[in-house]
Amino acid sequence: MNRRLESRLQPAIEPILVNNPVTLHVLGICSALAVTTSLATSLVMSAALICVLTLSSGIISLIRRHIPRSIRLIVQITIIASLVIVVDQLLQAYLFDMSKRLSVFVGLIVTNCIVLGRAEAFAMHNPPGASLLDGLGNGLGYAWILVAIGTVRELLGKGTLLGADVLALADNGGWFTPLEMMTLPPSAFFLLALLVWGVRTIRREQVEPVLVDEPGDKAAPR
Amino acid sequence: MPEMQPSRPEVRVSIHPFSWWRAFLALPNAHPVKTLGVALLVALVSSLAVCYTAVALKPLTDANRLKERAASLMTLVETLGVGVPKPRLITLADGQYADRDPGTRAPLGAERDIARIGEREDVATVYELYEEGALTLVILPVRGTGYQSTLKGYLALKGDFNTIAALTFYAQDETPGIGTRILEDAWTSLWPGKRIVDTDGVVRLEVVKGRGEGVFEVDGISGATRTTGGVTRLVRFWFGPDGYGPYIHRLKRERAS
Repeated sequence: MNRRLESRLQPAIEPILVNNPVTLHVLGICSALAVTTSLATSLVMSAALICVLTLSSGIISLIRRHIPRSIRLIVQITIIASLVIVVDQLLQAYLFDMSKRLSVFVGLIVTNCIVLGRAEAFAMHNPPGASLLDGLGNGLGYAWILVAIGTVRELLGKGTLLGADVLALADNGGWFTPLEMMTLPPSAFFLLALLVWGVRTIRREQVEPVLVDEPGDKAAPR
Repeated sequence: MPEMQPSRPEVRVSIHPFSWWRAFLALPNAHPVKTLGVALLVALVSSLAVCYTAVALKPLTDANRLKERAASLMTLVETLGVGVPKPRLITLADGQYADRDPGTRAPLGAERDIARIGEREDVATVYELYEEGALTLVILPVRGTGYQSTLKGYLALKGDFNTIAALTFYAQDETPGIGTRILEDAWTSLWPGKRIVDTDGVVRLEVVKGRGEGVFEVDGISGATRTTGGVTRLVRFWFGPDGYGPYIHRLKRERAS
């Protein structure tokens, strides 16, 4: 029973760590750099992506047998873009300040490779239930990376979490001097690289084989 | 599970309301009718979803924008450290006070439309602050096209009606990190003290490339020439004859007499 449940939830669990879209496939990092300046923006962006990815996977899977191959990418993008606009509108209505801080990056979910990637690779060939779970799992896989990077950047960059003071700032007589660099986009690159390194140190099978250039030569054994 | 035996042969009833739908679904995906049909249906359903959300949420979004606008005005007044100015309606054409806003707008010809706003309202709301009986500050709403969006903001003038006290933008959709730098204090703080017209009454203020010299030039933002060019144009428009020009003339005249 437990094993059956596990295998059914497989599409949702696997992408979180083992098959993570960000650390393994290195997809969707543009937004990971842009919106992780604070934890709050990371959380909202994650929620937006999870919504879009789960729903788009579900909807595309639902009509997958009737999507003509010749126009499948256009159909997928139309569905994804509509969902993104709806999510963006909801943010503008209910979380106006947050939608301004996220500026264009919610809209850019349309071009996030994870969304179209899961539609093509999974939702087009699997039933809606599994596709929903796959979308959710990949969304969560993206989300925890964003939240992790957002937490570190806000904590070290401003000494706060979700806007509340956590570390006593030197300016206010405390001990902590904020690392200015953490508020700049390159720091997200460094943190992401550290994360990828960490994940691949634990799970060595994710390390890509070193390709040897010599013709006729096989990839070097790991 | 044993194969189900059909109890009777399937009969296609052409008058069944869903028969055309079943036939459509049964078409091979490569069939042109199916391809076009799926494309149309997906487009239709998607656009309905988008339209419905946009229309249903419009009241909330509009309220948010109004709130933001009011907050921006309050912040401007607070940073200036002055009293709360009073809103006044003025007729733009002659600069006189108006009793009510008919809400009418008139299109601007391409030649007059320096700020590229398409059409202009006939009556505008300005904010005036009187201190000890004298008008010491006016705040004017301004707008104009930047690089890819309409820049909307407030420009505050000191009591000489020519020196800028502050500039702030509350709505824009420029390129993040480039055009959006017009929102940063580092740039808006360059504006106070700048003058709009010279002694001949010609609008001289502009955003220049690189470093601005004197009271008529404001430093440009590298990479955002189209956005800052839009700011120059909106200043040109709103302080020209089609903008607040007549109103400002009247204020200057009244102060002189």
